[in-house]
Amino acid sequence: MNNITYFKDQFEQLQEANPKGTIADLRKHGFDAFTKDGVPTYRDEDWKYTNVSSLFDKEYQMAENSEITLTDVNAIRLPGYKQANELVFLNGRFIPNLSTIRSGSTDLIVLPLEEAAKGEYKDIVAAHLNQSSNYLNDGIHALNTSFIDGGVFVHVLKGKEPEHPVYCYHILDARQNPALAQPRSLILVDESSKLQLTESYTTLGTEDSFNNQVIEVVVKENAYMEYYKIQNDAANANQVSSTHIRQIGRSYVHTVTITLNGGIVRNNMNLVLDAAGNETHLYGLYLLKGKSHADNHTLIDNLKPNCFSNQLYKGIADDTSTAVFNGRIMVQPDAQKTNAYQSNKNILLSENATINTKPQLEIFADDVKCSHGCTIGQLDEEAMFYLKARGIPKESAEVLLLQAFAADIVDQIKPEPLRSYVSKLIYEHLAIQ
Amino acid sequence: MKEKPDTLEQAVLTEYKYGFVTDIDTDVIAKGLSENTIRLISSKKNEPEWMLDWRLKAYNHWLKLEEPKWSNVKYPIINYQDIIYYAAPKPKKQLNSLDEADPELLATFEKLGISLNEQKRLTGVAVDVVMDSVSIATSFKEQLSEIGVIFCSISEAIQLHPELVKKYLGSVVPMTDNYFAALNSAVFTDGSFCFIPKGVRCPMELSTYFRINTENAGQFERTLIIAEDESYVSYLEGCTAPMRDENQLHAAVVELVAHTKAEIKYSTVQNWYPGDKNGLGGIYNFVTKRGMCKGDHSKISWTQVETGSAITWKYPSVILKGDHSIGEFYSVAFTNNHQQADTGTKMIHLGKNTRSRIVSKGISAGHSQNSYRGLVRASKQATNARNYSQCDSLLLGDKCGAHTFPYIEVKNKTAIVEHEATTSKIGEDQLFYCKQRGIDAETAVALIVNGFAKEVMNQLPMEFAVEAQKLLAISMEGSVG
Repeated sequence: MNNITYFKDQFEQLQEANPKGTIADLRKHGFDAFTKDGVPTYRDEDWKYTNVSSLFDKEYQMAENSEITLTDVNAIRLPGYKQANELVFLNGRFIPNLSTIRSGSTDLIVLPLEEAAKGEYKDIVAAHLNQSSNYLNDGIHALNTSFIDGGVFVHVLKGKEPEHPVYCYHILDARQNPALAQPRSLILVDESSKLQLTESYTTLGTEDSFNNQVIEVVVKENAYMEYYKIQNDAANANQVSSTHIRQIGRSYVHTVTITLNGGIVRNNMNLVLDAAGNETHLYGLYLLKGKSHADNHTLIDNLKPNCFSNQLYKGIADDTSTAVFNGRIMVQPDAQKTNAYQSNKNILLSENATINTKPQLEIFADDVKCSHGCTIGQLDEEAMFYLKARGIPKESAEVLLLQAFAADIVDQIKPEPLRSYVSKLIYEHLAIQ
Repeated sequence: MKEKPDTLEQAVLTEYKYGFVTDIDTDVIAKGLSENTIRLISSKKNEPEWMLDWRLKAYNHWLKLEEPKWSNVKYPIINYQDIIYYAAPKPKKQLNSLDEADPELLATFEKLGISLNEQKRLTGVAVDVVMDSVSIATSFKEQLSEIGVIFCSISEAIQLHPELVKKYLGSVVPMTDNYFAALNSAVFTDGSFCFIPKGVRCPMELSTYFRINTENAGQFERTLIIAEDESYVSYLEGCTAPMRDENQLHAAVVELVAHTKAEIKYSTVQNWYPGDKNGLGGIYNFVTKRGMCKGDHSKISWTQVETGSAITWKYPSVILKGDHSIGEFYSVAFTNNHQQADTGTKMIHLGKNTRSRIVSKGISAGHSQNSYRGLVRASKQATNARNYSQCDSLLLGDKCGAHTFPYIEVKNKTAIVEHEATTSKIGEDQLFYCKQRGIDAETAVALIVNGFAKEVMNQLPMEFAVEAQKLLAISMEGSVG
């Protein structure tokens, strides 16, 4: 793996340029861990069904000589952008001059991570950056940490509810070389504030891309957060996307992950419920075609009592695609009166598709109500018959039923422009055979 | 639930009822494991050359393996050189009937409540008793042999039916299968062998009773059951061990082979010594159990009630190879004090129209950890495979844990797989209902737990079900409050 030498060189260059500070220390830490652990293989329980090491056969370039224009950005804007704060990332780096911040600085602060780590947010960054490594302690996560550079810090100020949502556009430039991006963000949703965050991913060009993302979110007392992830990239665009949300005050979090296209896509969605009375809703939808491989790992760690969580992940696997779901609920000894529900429903459409699912409950407290369920099956024959009997051709009937299957999740996207956008994407995705 | 601290305290102190040591002369070899140990075991058992070769091959493979670490149990490192690999009660002569057995031994079984004589008379169960490592007596052998059923110890089978043993031994659980299976293949000392010929419906329940008696002895028994076309057998297995401070190792292998239209029903009541209330001592129970539905329309059903052992680590599995074959797994695992159980099943669907059903009930109390770990795999050629799994956990106390790790892998678009799991504590309203009717807390909990486990208990043969229910009640004593 000649990538290792490449990473070593890049890492040393980066450290030389910015040798001091919290972030440099973290990077050092990360690189040591990466050198020690390496890239996970299927022997690692958490990566049993996803062969991420194959992605490292490519010789990637990190953010070199890449430039994009406003035209490129215009092409990928999400609906409702006129009302949104738009953050543009190119090959993992936050590009301020292409980004638009519409909210006032009394509501929302957006800073390059390095700047935040030095200035008045020094302590906050030091306290919260890389907390995710306690949960994601594999080589992939360590690799991201080794290259924390050009990330972003977003702070929703105490008591503020910015009317403009935040959109993050991740652009990977694979026009010349295979591109590797390792964006890192830290989001702080302060007390009694509100944030709506959406992320989307686009690869330019035809070469392979690999987006190894880590986003850490801290949600404080009385705060409210919605998080949407829309993955509809090229078939050779790969991704390991780790979202680590810590609810450290009694708060509400609602997330929806939509995966339509991509190469190998791995989503880690971690929720650490570190305050009594937290409420969390996780939704996910994966509609896979071609050779796509989507792996959704969720973790809900209940540390404190009286938390409620609900998870619903649904998926359809067609062609030679593979869908993986691994949902883990942990209830620690203090977390009495936890209510945790999880459901995973899958439809297999092709002889050559695979679905692997593994719901996990680990419970160390007694006064809890936890349940999980999962199903793998086909379209309901009676429903098909009903539609066909009414003169609807088989193909259309199938699309109709699949759309209905997906609707449970799509309906969870609260902002209207995004919901109809996703719903349209899904229709197109299903209708094109 | 705290109104009767005295009785509860007493109940907590209830000791392991089967913790007595039988004072019988035992033929024991020195501790330790090496090629010589294996040669010694083999020669003591007067085994043919091929058997010794097989053992040595397994031993050499075992040396290359590492002890698996993935399970959800914690235990100190096992020193495999500190175990006695062969302990046989003396005198070791062939017995034709129970009357010839050592009276001391018979008394042991009487204490266990599994009086052979009684069982013989009342239920007509044929029992193969395995103490430490060697099969003591097999009752009803003659009656069985009249209809062609072979039921004997595996050592006897090696002597008398080598062609059958050669053909089937290791065919379901190869010696290379896993660490403990390899160890067992190398050093197994006895176990049961059962062969049901074509078209025979075994007229009685076959039963084995295992007991570890010698200190520091490991028990490595090997069971092989073969059901030929259109035959049926129901097999019971019970286990106990006396109370010991040290941990004893039990690494058994059970292989079942069901041919076309054959059915094997395998029931286990496992009550090895679980260790005392501080987690001292107890049996490490690392067992590999697997059945192969080889022929079409065959059926294998595992039922287990696990109340004992400091550590239980076993996954009775079914490979559904024949078309239309059926695999079933019913389990109640109860853990108390510092017991740890990591148990479940694997259902591997290979044939068409195969069906499997998993019902697992875990009950944890005290400081115990109880995990369900299961795999359901529908392979590409398993058209119309159908699985339903249900795993429920009940928590009695706030220091225990209940975990579920189901793996589901589906590669066929006509397969339908369902899994559901719940974890909760005993409902306050259910308890209230009972208490209101004058039933005290402990009895009420026992009642509710029995109801919780009923779906599995119903699968057990009648006389076993009664015993299992009693066992559950004993294990549960002191866990309420």
